[in-house]
Amino acid sequence: MNLKPGGGGFAHTRRELLVIVNFGFAGLSALLVGIPVIGFLFAPLFEKTAREWRSVGPIDRFPAGQTVEVSFEDASPQPWAGVSAETGAWLQRSSATEFVAFSLNCSHLGCPVRWRADAKLFMCPCHGGIYYSNGSVAAGPPPRGLTRYPVRIRDGNVEILTSPIPVT
Amino acid sequence: MKLLTCIWNWIDDRSGISRALGPLLRHPVPPGTGWKYVFGSATLIAFLIQVVTGVALATVYVSSAGSAYKSLEFISHQATLGWLIRGMHYFGASAMVILVGIHMFRVFLTGSYKFPRELNWLSGVVLLGCVLMMGFTGQLLRWDQDGVWSTVIAAEQAGRVPVIGHWLAHLTFGGDTVGGATLSRFFAIHVFVIPALIFGFIGLHLYLVIHNGISEPPKAGHPVDPRTYRAWYKELLNRSGRPFFPDAGWRDVVFGFAVVAAVVVLAAIFHAPELSQPPNPAIVQAQPRPDWYLLWYYAVLALSPHYMENYLMVLLPLAIGLLFLLPVVFNRGERSISRRPWSVGVVVLATMSVVTLWVQGKRATWSPDFDAQPLKAQTIGTASGPVYEGAQLFFRQGCENCHSIGGQGGHRGPDLTTVADRLTTEQMTVRILNGGTNMPAFGPILTSEGINRLLAFLGSRSINTHTSAKRETARN
Repeated sequence: MNLKPGGGGFAHTRRELLVIVNFGFAGLSALLVGIPVIGFLFAPLFEKTAREWRSVGPIDRFPAGQTVEVSFEDASPQPWAGVSAETGAWLQRSSATEFVAFSLNCSHLGCPVRWRADAKLFMCPCHGGIYYSNGSVAAGPPPRGLTRYPVRIRDGNVEILTSPIPVT
Repeated sequence: MKLLTCIWNWIDDRSGISRALGPLLRHPVPPGTGWKYVFGSATLIAFLIQVVTGVALATVYVSSAGSAYKSLEFISHQATLGWLIRGMHYFGASAMVILVGIHMFRVFLTGSYKFPRELNWLSGVVLLGCVLMMGFTGQLLRWDQDGVWSTVIAAEQAGRVPVIGHWLAHLTFGGDTVGGATLSRFFAIHVFVIPALIFGFIGLHLYLVIHNGISEPPKAGHPVDPRTYRAWYKELLNRSGRPFFPDAGWRDVVFGFAVVAAVVVLAAIFHAPELSQPPNPAIVQAQPRPDWYLLWYYAVLALSPHYMENYLMVLLPLAIGLLFLLPVVFNRGERSISRRPWSVGVVVLATMSVVTLWVQGKRATWSPDFDAQPLKAQTIGTASGPVYEGAQLFFRQGCENCHSIGGQGGHRGPDLTTVADRLTTEQMTVRILNGGTNMPAFGPILTSEGINRLLAFLGSRSINTHTSAKRETARN
């Protein structure tokens, strides 16, 4: 390492120091740029999305015993999200005051389940997952029943609480 | 002309271009490298098609979740030549997947990954992974309904990774649902991140091709010995090497032209796939499918037993890592396929598996058929009575979504065209009431009258009714 004959320890330590300066400053520059960028990219992990109650229509619109699809807007849609900010649920009116809202997503891989009114079954188009009308698994690969979203009635309107897409 | 020569000479003198690139272009290649060596450069040409058409598309495509669909509709139906550019980008992607596959099989079969070209192989595996990622992210950028639901499926699969699964799913969406942040992320990955990786690794790959030289066509009885190979190869090039340009390179250019021509012609004739419905996650009439090059993977996941699914979803994408081990474990010895029967077996088995799975993925018999129509009276054999009513029930209760009769209906469950020939009424009753792994129990859903009608209909499904129904249809 001592490239300067007779130069003693000074050249040795000076060159070593310069190597450290080289790598050190390059590394610091990378960190200086990298930390904010990584923070920006991973921010969604730490941001809590507010959940909002969204009205899906007056109670009278939903006849008892029927299951219909309703759509509503996400909790905090970005202005540029357009129709992608829409989300849906299967709303079931089980009695005069009781409502159940099921996620559209199959608990297997998240495909959109369809309600077959005559058969009283939810069917998934992807791998043939089937659910009974109460959301429990009837057949196929789903590991658990359909996720339920909170529902409430306010001022004669049915409201659903915006919720994350259920990830099994 | 003289002026142009003068300007070029000045540029060349000051930049040293021909001194730097000339030897690279004329690097010696071993004799006998024929048409089977053109697939690597053809993949590069397909990539260049993607870069050029991709940049062109990006001048109009809007990478916002709300506008991407409209901008693609504009590209496909209104922009001058937009339909052709989109078609070229689609078929260019297909060409790239096919060519990278053939190139890899060629390198594997000729044992070209062995010493000293291990790093060539390793950088190639990274490029293969990048190409598949480009295919998948590109499909999402179509941002129609299939794009949205494919994102959901991708996030759900990422969610199966132990410990960090939920974070990965969250990052895939850029939040906890599909929304404004989702598409922009995939756009950045598809347009900046992976292409940057591809450019970098192509650079490394080509540098290694020059550094280690193009592998000579293998000869049986000439095993690779790391101690002597380099000296022997140098000697071979000195003795009978020929300059890549123009002696060998012309084939690459001619084949490359064929690839470009094929992509343009296919795009002009078949066009890129039409967009499905708008990207509204509240529309449930969707049937998400991967593009053709990932259909085999779709089949693997659909056909694997449920208890293995979690492992497969996490381990299969990592299985590409096994390819990294190849040159590390087998870096010496025979290269000729006549001395490597196992390698031929591996290629045959891999090809057969992918083709078989691909066919299964294309048919997707595990998906219920939502387009099933009510059975015709001819197929039923009558237009009234309990048998006829049972057939209507068979349709309304969703049985036909999974079971076919006389070629109509889904294939999720067994074909019931001649079910009465193999099951008794009791057996059918038990099955209908209790269901099975892939069939719901209809006991709680159907009335006893309904079950009787269904049994009347199914009890009439025998080979006799089927042949007379066929005869009836033929007569009409």
